[in-house]
Amino acid sequence: MTTTIIWVAVAVVAVGLYLSWTAGRLDRLHARIDAARAALDAQLLRRASVAQELATAGVLDPAASIVLYEAAHGARQAEPDQREVAESELSQALRAVFADGETVTEVREAPGGTAAVGELTQAVRRVPMARRFHNDAVRAARAVRDHRVVRWLRLAGHAPFPMAFEMDDEPPGALTADGGATAVR
Amino acid sequence: MRIGIVCPYSWDVPGGVQFHIRDLAEHLNGLGHEVSVLAPADDETPLPPYVVSAGRAVPVPYNGSVARLNFGFLSAARVRRWLHDGNFDVIHIHEPASPSLGLLSCWAAQGPIVATFHTSNPRSRAMIAAYPILQPALEKISARIAVSEYARRTLVEHLGGDAVVIPNGVDVGFFAAAEPKKEWQNGTIGFIGRIDEPRKGLPVLIRALPKILAERPGARLLVAGRGDAEEAVQDLPREMRDRVEFLGMVSDEDKARLLRSVDLYVAPNTGGESFGIILVEAMSAGAPVLASDLDAFAQVLDQGAAGELFANEDADALAAAAVRLLGDPARRAELRDRAGAHVRRFDWSVVGGDILAVYETVTDGAAHVATDERTRLRARFGLGRDDAADRSDRGYRPRR
Repeated sequence: MTTTIIWVAVAVVAVGLYLSWTAGRLDRLHARIDAARAALDAQLLRRASVAQELATAGVLDPAASIVLYEAAHGARQAEPDQREVAESELSQALRAVFADGETVTEVREAPGGTAAVGELTQAVRRVPMARRFHNDAVRAARAVRDHRVVRWLRLAGHAPFPMAFEMDDEPPGALTADGGATAVR
Repeated sequence: MRIGIVCPYSWDVPGGVQFHIRDLAEHLNGLGHEVSVLAPADDETPLPPYVVSAGRAVPVPYNGSVARLNFGFLSAARVRRWLHDGNFDVIHIHEPASPSLGLLSCWAAQGPIVATFHTSNPRSRAMIAAYPILQPALEKISARIAVSEYARRTLVEHLGGDAVVIPNGVDVGFFAAAEPKKEWQNGTIGFIGRIDEPRKGLPVLIRALPKILAERPGARLLVAGRGDAEEAVQDLPREMRDRVEFLGMVSDEDKARLLRSVDLYVAPNTGGESFGIILVEAMSAGAPVLASDLDAFAQVLDQGAAGELFANEDADALAAAAVRLLGDPARRAELRDRAGAHVRRFDWSVVGGDILAVYETVTDGAAHVATDERTRLRARFGLGRDDAADRSDRGYRPRR
């Protein structure tokens, strides 16, 4: 009789430990998603700001300026559910404006242009990086949340089901031609 | 930035991963960052000031060969102490899936963790069995780096998720500025790598040699690397053996001079390569490259634009390509020019910048790296050392 009670107690403790460990794991994964999402937001905002600055600096031709300004403005003002589309449109606008090396050279020659091109290059490289890290965190959290035990016992609490951030983040080829682009290909 | 780098393999044994970590640490140090490397090492080995020893590595049979690994309570305790003393902004773990320091630090740390996956092993039984143990540790990694598109594909297939591709770095200037050596010039073919490891492909090159010598009797093969020279040439007709010169192990300087001197560098590796740093070094030194068409090599050589490829393990194809290249100085000059432009993306200035960009992306607004107290049993019952403090500053942030 006593042995049975001891065994039951051991089993209960073991199950409790496992559940507490899993909940901790989920908590850590959610925190990781939050950090990755904040980093992605920061990079997207940075890219839109640099693009907007370039569009209003008067170094591009008027048509390109308007296209770029529209797209950058759209990306910054987008509602959360429109964000992925607006950011993809900014990527497309950047690719259209910086389609060839000539535009890049022209901007570089303008006063302060080299710094602006440098900032834009950094921004367009880091967006895909941050997005990859974010979506990797989302996948890891989903894998744990799909476990039966986690679903039945609602170990994830009230945290919303994590969603990947899907967008077109291909950087303009003319900006990444001199290497480093391998990081995001 | 305070950066902690974890090296899984013994510091006293030379190897690709160790060299990569050494160069990365020195590059980051040069930029003014504080770098500390945790690596297994014998206590007597003299270490550079930035390396902290995690104790002696134990040789154990692992993954088909004998690997020198670190594990056990003593190593785990050293990892914890290093994490605690270092107070790092970010830690960068190399080969986190190997049962060594990489996995131990992944287990023991929390906070911004970056990991680089170097190898692209085919999925092993041990990996599948260890998956439930690996996954909780690997899911702590905030950013994964693969050294090539090929390595990234294997990583995605085996472990899921995604990674950014950042190639290994090379000090291009060091190789480009090396002084060529007279006696290594004029119709020479270079090979660098372990002689006694068939995977490195020397046997393929030796099989191709009679055909090359038939067309270009003046050609010579220079071989640098560890291994038994006698055994390597035993399949070669006796009169041809003096056309092969063994240089043994060479220093970094001599390696650069050798690559500067040869008319053709041949990389006949037959498999198991995930990157091919030697190809980048050869290209930096201006040696025209002829390599087997492994996935990793094709990528490093820009799908054949920066160096020529031949069908893997095909000695006849190797011989034909080598003869053609040795007789065509214009084509070699063209390859040299293209390679010279192509290698800039592998220079530490670019690669180091990309790695720093990854560090900055994950540390932006994140807390420091700390030891993860939850993996200890005491902490589970709320008895951990600074459990209360730990819990309050890690407190769950609600999602917007």
